[in-house]
Amino acid sequence: MQDKHWQKDYPKGGLARRLHLDLPLLYGVFALAIVGLIILYSAANQNKAMVIQQTIRFAIAGVIMVVFAQISPKHYERWAPFIFIIGLFLLFATLLMGHIGKGAQRWLSLGVVRFQPSEIMKLGIPLILAWYFSSKPLPPRLKEIGIAGLLILVPVLLTAKQPDLGTALMLALSGAFVLLLAGMSWRLITVLAVLFFASLPLLWHFMHTYQRDRVLTFLSPERDPLGAGYHIIQSKIAIGSGGLTGQGWLQGTQAQLDFLPEHATDFIFSVCGQEFGLIGALVLLGLYLFITFRGLYIASQAQDTFSRLLASSLSLTFFFSMFVNVGMVSGLLPVVGIPLPLVSYGGTSMVTFFGFFGILMSIQTHRKLIGS
Amino acid sequence: MNFKKKKLPPNRVAKWRFWAVVAVLLCVGAALAARMVYLTVFDRPFLLAQGNVRTLRVINIPAYRGMITDRNGQALAISTPVDAIWVNPKECHLSPSQIKTLAILLHLNPKDLNAHLQKNADHEFLYLKRQVDPAVAQRVKVLHIPGVYLKGEFRRYYPEGEVDAQLVGFTNIDDRGESGLELSYDQWLHGVPGKERVLKDRLGHVVEDIDRIRQPAPGHDLVLSIDQRIQYSAYRALKEAVARNKADSGSIVVLDSRTGEVLAMANVPSFNPNNRMDYDPATYRNRAMTDTFEPGSTLKTFMAANAIASGLYHPDSTVDTEPGYMFVNGWRVEDEHDNGVIDLTTIIQRSSNVGAAKITLSLPPASLPTLLQLSGFGQRVTDDFPGEVPGNFQAHRIWSPIALSTLSFGYGIAVTTLQLAAAYQMFANDGLKCNISLLRTNGSPKCRLIVSKSVAQQVKQVLQSVVEKGGTAPAARIANYHIAGKTGTARILGPHGYESNHHNSLFVGMAPATDPRIVIAIFIHDPRGKVYFGGDVAGPVFATVMSDALRILNVPPDDLPIPVPDTPPATTEVHHE
Repeated sequence: MQDKHWQKDYPKGGLARRLHLDLPLLYGVFALAIVGLIILYSAANQNKAMVIQQTIRFAIAGVIMVVFAQISPKHYERWAPFIFIIGLFLLFATLLMGHIGKGAQRWLSLGVVRFQPSEIMKLGIPLILAWYFSSKPLPPRLKEIGIAGLLILVPVLLTAKQPDLGTALMLALSGAFVLLLAGMSWRLITVLAVLFFASLPLLWHFMHTYQRDRVLTFLSPERDPLGAGYHIIQSKIAIGSGGLTGQGWLQGTQAQLDFLPEHATDFIFSVCGQEFGLIGALVLLGLYLFITFRGLYIASQAQDTFSRLLASSLSLTFFFSMFVNVGMVSGLLPVVGIPLPLVSYGGTSMVTFFGFFGILMSIQTHRKLIGS
Repeated sequence: MNFKKKKLPPNRVAKWRFWAVVAVLLCVGAALAARMVYLTVFDRPFLLAQGNVRTLRVINIPAYRGMITDRNGQALAISTPVDAIWVNPKECHLSPSQIKTLAILLHLNPKDLNAHLQKNADHEFLYLKRQVDPAVAQRVKVLHIPGVYLKGEFRRYYPEGEVDAQLVGFTNIDDRGESGLELSYDQWLHGVPGKERVLKDRLGHVVEDIDRIRQPAPGHDLVLSIDQRIQYSAYRALKEAVARNKADSGSIVVLDSRTGEVLAMANVPSFNPNNRMDYDPATYRNRAMTDTFEPGSTLKTFMAANAIASGLYHPDSTVDTEPGYMFVNGWRVEDEHDNGVIDLTTIIQRSSNVGAAKITLSLPPASLPTLLQLSGFGQRVTDDFPGEVPGNFQAHRIWSPIALSTLSFGYGIAVTTLQLAAAYQMFANDGLKCNISLLRTNGSPKCRLIVSKSVAQQVKQVLQSVVEKGGTAPAARIANYHIAGKTGTARILGPHGYESNHHNSLFVGMAPATDPRIVIAIFIHDPRGKVYFGGDVAGPVFATVMSDALRILNVPPDDLPIPVPDTPPATTEVHHE
């Protein structure tokens, strides 16, 4: 009575098995973290303190990942509603008494720790939807989809109100993935898509001026090269001037000479592009793809609906976070303030994603041994 | 949450839906990769150029401007490195105390400074003060105020100040020549600024010097023909004479008669080129080359030369000047008093207009104008000195007898002091007229023969009588040297004809008369003191400057008293008496 994959992955059943770690995922994450630190050192203009700070965050996040990996998916399924409700409560609290940073109310202070409750929701929404659909026959009926839609919409709107459009978008996406994989009918998807595009003018009406600017700038960055278009023009210059092999580590002029804004956080991918060129950018993309596919593989191997939906949603959320960021800095998408997962300087999203990896590992390593 | 799981019907969601998601994901990844390829390969030339436009700059490196020295290497104009203080108003937000500190250091008014900064707040480059002493600049630098920078530049100093101000000229704040030799030799002095390609960051700081496109080539030094010791003597004597005689202005030119080099050229009033706050353009003119006047009796020397060269006159040929006046074409030509029958030497010595006119009218009419033209009148002396004028003299017009008569004693012609000195130089140099040079010449000067050696020597002989007893300029005499020279006292042409009480006082002379080394021409404009005759006003200046110059140049005396052998030597006993 041996599971084949189990045997293949952990032939000797060593430390990794006892700690419930998935080695391919661990290697991928570790590689990405190392690459991220190397890029950060250059992007932070060789500020060692920032690199050390980021390393400490990796260590803390790593511990959280290992802790999450120990918890069985059964417990996640049981706690899913609580986590969602706590997240929702904190979102309300943020709106009422949060800290204002860069013009938006995103942060909540809990004694020593300051964090963004919207990050909890990145986990909360996939959990609650996976929990909800795991107790229903699939494919879901319209009523169930409606309830699920509501579960997505409330936290998304609360986040968008902060305003944090980027994260709201990611939250919506993470819920949408669950709906999609749960078996929402194609007809309904088409209807919703048409409705979405039809409501765009309405959405435009509710947008802040800066958000409208971003959309206009996306359509034509050159319309205001020193204002709204500045970020994206500088970013494209950075990536384009890197060429095939790049200008070399610490040699990228756009970031080192401070032309590229936010070059340690949201626009760090451009630094990688200028210094390591097309090859470096593709290697980085490859690392994200590897981690994502490992996550999807874990989902495909999952033994119950909850685990399968959860693992898929987490993997896709991770991947699309990267996609929105890279799409933004390369001019493929409008500018939305989403950090590059695990590479951008900052701790909140990093902890969230390591939580994702912990849960993925838990799903992979807590499978029951089923006879063949 | 504790709840029992219901038995669910089998999951009917197709397996291919999962794979569809995977396919979409791969497509999205491919789209990103394609975008990267587009940016880094196809759009790269444009984006790379855009990046370079933002970061690469070519800046000028100022070149050291050459030094101007006198013939012995004494500095007349030196460049010293100083600093300009500039700010980037967009970058610096000065607190009131910082503004006060800066204002005190730079000697500015804090209110003005603040207003200046406020007014230009949207600029990225603003000079606070230029040409700041390096020590002060260093004190500004150590304040470490963000957005306040230093920029190296050069400042021109003129150690000799007003003494050669008009000749040397001056530069503007950007180190380019504005007047005088600084202007005419600007290319030579200025050098070629270097070019450097640098990497600048967003705020315009130079981050890295990438390469030197061109090294700065320092300018060349300029060695003048001026002997600053003689120049100083000339300026001081002239200034003193202009003041004592309550004159308007004056100029003096000292030439080396063998080489044509200008040993001194000074003007009064002068200015301090190191401080141009009290701007008075009248003092900026190099009057010795820019101001013309009618030379009066100083031109009689050429009348005499013309007469002797014709072969019809000798220094002792006599002319009847009675009764002290004569009429030519109905115009009256007159002397100060009736000189009777006098020889050519006496005509020069007493400066007789009637004699000069009579002699000139007896000679071919074209001869005197031709000699004056050959002597350089009506033509510029230098090629390129800014503002030099050729004077006013056309040799080839038809000279009526009265025009010729007045020309013989120096009216109807406008000359500069330098022209006058240059024309006299040929008599000092055995008839050889040399090219005049403001720069030190090495080797043989370019000269050409205008009058024969014999004529030149006879003219010198005649001119010696001027400073002797009975001459017009005993005041020009100096001990131990024979002097040859000629005075001039010319009425100034006013709006209603010649003024009766405004004169130009002149003296042109050379020494030692037996073998001249130095020619000096002095022009003093409108002396309004007790005396106005050239011999009385300009003569003493000549004596002072010439004796100084002869001593400075170690010229042996040609008029030492012959020691009488039986005179007992002075003893100490004499002193005790």
